[in-house]
Amino acid sequence: MHARADAADTVPNWPDDIFATLQRFDVRQVPYVPDAGHSKLIQRVLDSSTMRGIPLTTEEEGVALLAGAWAGGQRGVLLMQSSGVGNCINMLSLISILRFPFLTLVTMRGEWGEFNPWQVPMGSTTQGVFELSGVQVLRASSAAEVPAVLEAAASQAYNALTPTAVLLSQRLIGAKVFTK
Amino acid sequence: MSKANLLDRRRVVSTLLANRKDVVAIGGLGASTNDMCAAGDHARNFYLWGGMGGAAMIGLGLALAQPKLPVLVITGDGEMLMGLGSLATIGLQKPANLSIAVLDNEAYGETGGQTSHTSAAADLVGVARACGIKDSQSISTMAEVEAFAKAVHDVSAGPRFANVKIDSANLERILPIRDGTYIVNRIRGDLGFQPI
Repeated sequence: MHARADAADTVPNWPDDIFATLQRFDVRQVPYVPDAGHSKLIQRVLDSSTMRGIPLTTEEEGVALLAGAWAGGQRGVLLMQSSGVGNCINMLSLISILRFPFLTLVTMRGEWGEFNPWQVPMGSTTQGVFELSGVQVLRASSAAEVPAVLEAAASQAYNALTPTAVLLSQRLIGAKVFTK
Repeated sequence: MSKANLLDRRRVVSTLLANRKDVVAIGGLGASTNDMCAAGDHARNFYLWGGMGGAAMIGLGLALAQPKLPVLVITGDGEMLMGLGSLATIGLQKPANLSIAVLDNEAYGETGGQTSHTSAAADLVGVARACGIKDSQSISTMAEVEAFAKAVHDVSAGPRFANVKIDSANLERILPIRDGTYIVNRIRGDLGFQPI
């Protein structure tokens, strides 16, 4: 795993805030494609007795999985990084057609202090892709914002069936460090 | 077009669903979803008219949410090829109540019959097995279809995968309902869940 600047020096607590909110909303299935920014939350999920962490080979699998979970009576949340959002586009059409609760938490790359130019095109269009696909976008840029943003996102996704993506900004996560 | 030794898709699907009891069935985009409707509409039929490549994953989500219910995905070779990675995801989760039956006509029947990868190279049974779905078989007789239909009800021994070689005849389209919200809520209602 690569080190990250900014937040990398200390283990962040905001993933615990996210986990607590997901638990309170009775989220049961947590499909994910790993990202360093999600690593603590993924570990919390894998250690949980009420949530099932489900590693995917590609992010669009997670959209379809959540549709099936809902048909079977369970809520889920999809964890991915911004580059994975592009992989989901056609499958996002299931959300409005089937009308299931959709919440995704996206760790951002290609913005704040990015070193890798290859991350920038998809990172720059992540919000636009969601909005064109009918998914509302909320953003958390600091640890202090995370609890309120998650609460709002989970509320509108699960109570009002408003498809919602939370972008966890690179400023919150810390830019990935490749050089010393 | 059809070869003599290949199975008739409608017979295969009606046999898979003949004694379905509490099975929840997911029909992949294309002729498979029509076959499911031709076998008789049912409150637990999840018809897909889009989301190509997603049928097996919808099955996984349902199977994990309802571990005591048999969940059966019926889809085509083209739809399965688009979601090959989902076999690896399913092989890892090993849901004991999930079965996948691929109706393999080695072609994209809905778009003009262009040959698919299974016609010459791709071995879906081999892929499923290599992804960790040990109970993976190729089916070429109705007796095997009947045995698979029976096995689907054993929710402690899956996941299982079958690739059924069918003929490439283009049959009359029997169109299922296509209001997705209705389809999902009908399943949820039948499982005892209230609307939000």
